[in-house]
Amino acid sequence: MMPEHRLVGSRIREKRLDRGLRQASVAETVGISPSYLNLIEHNRRRIGGKLLADLARVLDVDTGLLADGADRDTLDQMRGAAAGLSSQVELDRTEELAARFPGWAALIAEQARKIAALEERSQVLTDRIAYDPQLAGSLHEVISAVSAIRSSASILVGPEDLDQDWQRRFHENIHKDSVRLADSSEALIAYLEAPEGVLEQSGSPFEAVEHFMQKNSWHLPALEEGAALTEVLKTAGLEGPAKTVLRKVLDDYAGGVARLPLAQFEKACRKFNYDPAALAQNFNISLTMVMRRLAHLPPDKGHPPIGLVICDAAAALTLVKPVPGFTIPRSVGACPLWPLYGALSRPHQPIRMDVALPGRNGTRVLCFAVAEAKGQESFDAPPALQSMMLVMPDPPETAADPYPVGVSCRICPRSGCASRREPALKGMDIQTVL
Amino acid sequence: MGKRVLLIEDEPNIIEAISFILSRDGWTVHTHEDGTSAMDKVLAMPPDMIILDVMLPGRSGFDILRDLRGHHTTSQTPVMMLTARGQEKDRDLAMRLGANLFMTKPFSNAEVRDHVRNLMEA
Repeated sequence: MMPEHRLVGSRIREKRLDRGLRQASVAETVGISPSYLNLIEHNRRRIGGKLLADLARVLDVDTGLLADGADRDTLDQMRGAAAGLSSQVELDRTEELAARFPGWAALIAEQARKIAALEERSQVLTDRIAYDPQLAGSLHEVISAVSAIRSSASILVGPEDLDQDWQRRFHENIHKDSVRLADSSEALIAYLEAPEGVLEQSGSPFEAVEHFMQKNSWHLPALEEGAALTEVLKTAGLEGPAKTVLRKVLDDYAGGVARLPLAQFEKACRKFNYDPAALAQNFNISLTMVMRRLAHLPPDKGHPPIGLVICDAAAALTLVKPVPGFTIPRSVGACPLWPLYGALSRPHQPIRMDVALPGRNGTRVLCFAVAEAKGQESFDAPPALQSMMLVMPDPPETAADPYPVGVSCRICPRSGCASRREPALKGMDIQTVL
Repeated sequence: MGKRVLLIEDEPNIIEAISFILSRDGWTVHTHEDGTSAMDKVLAMPPDMIILDVMLPGRSGFDILRDLRGHHTTSQTPVMMLTARGQEKDRDLAMRLGANLFMTKPFSNAEVRDHVRNLMEA
């Protein structure tokens, strides 16, 4: 999670745009330069005390709401909660609810996250019962032993006239099968109990990895300082599929460290204003390696927040590093207009796109996307494509109109969108949200 | 000598129990435990009826059933499938492939005996 003070600037910007005020005029009224206000709005400078109170007065909002009020992420999560459950709620009053009752808003968002996690876990369990060969094998063992015992026992207690030799054989068979049943039952119980830890991770290996990276602010000093990948992997404490996914993420991270030492890279980032293409050219290195490296910059050195999303050729998200102002849903289909997906149809052609999310504050995000083949390419085999998108919130304003995108169709108010999959929920009308 | 039933099953104690029940009911029971060579065994001594387990080492009972129905010698031989998996899709698959009956484990001895009698009388 970003520190709270970094979100205050985004809220100031949202409120200023809401009220149609120019940056220069607001800055002048509160007695600061427009460039300083610009730094505040982009969360590059701390703000509090009198200046915050002055800005709140100019923007006609309560100082507390400006400091702690609902941010875009919470609003998106609340709308996502409504979309996920197809609830008929007053979506047009989401912002009001979040501003007036921030605790309830956070609870709604958290509960939606938990529901999504539980649904995914339940799906994993269903898949496990249906397809897990180990479970199927264990159950087969149990049922086979039970069948044999039942048949043998029925013969012994049945009307058949059995000589002693047959009786002895069936008794022995029952004994052997009962031992086998005990063993296979124990194995089954052990198997059903053991996955507790594994399941948490295997339920959503990508999210488990993202959780670990988020806890470390996506920056791993140990890896930066040359620690062995296996050591870092061990400290993460992940098992099963999540461990495999993390190994790949760390492998890519370590590759970037080897080619782009941190101090050198940070210096170049500032020089080239975090432009991935310029950095790739400067270091004569692949664009995707630079993009990953940008996403792993240290969080406390004044770098702008940078998000990263990676998906495979089926548009399944394999890595999501969120940043304030940018969310992309996993559980419900994301907006297909993001350049992340557009890049899949034009591999090896980088896309730079300034996009705007729907909403009165018109949150803008600068995206850099490219799709490339991953792994070893070979003749007569289709490449395994993956698409990567770097996300930089609140880019400097440009003359060109930003490209309109959404979060998900269900909560998107845009009309006339050729890419719409399904209607928006009731209440997501243009007048109230745009 | 009674009619011949071939039991293709890999669980030794189930083999012994079914063999005993059917022998006492007048059938001549032959057994085979391996999926890979099951078809050779069938063709070497075409039985009057086959009891076929689904999960066998080497080859599944479904694959063997498909071959049985594709071979002129066994295309009409009554086949009763046995499985520990009672899922509807397995039953559907067995019946589509031409099984005459599908029984799930655990079963009662009386059921096995009655089904075999009924199939042979049909």
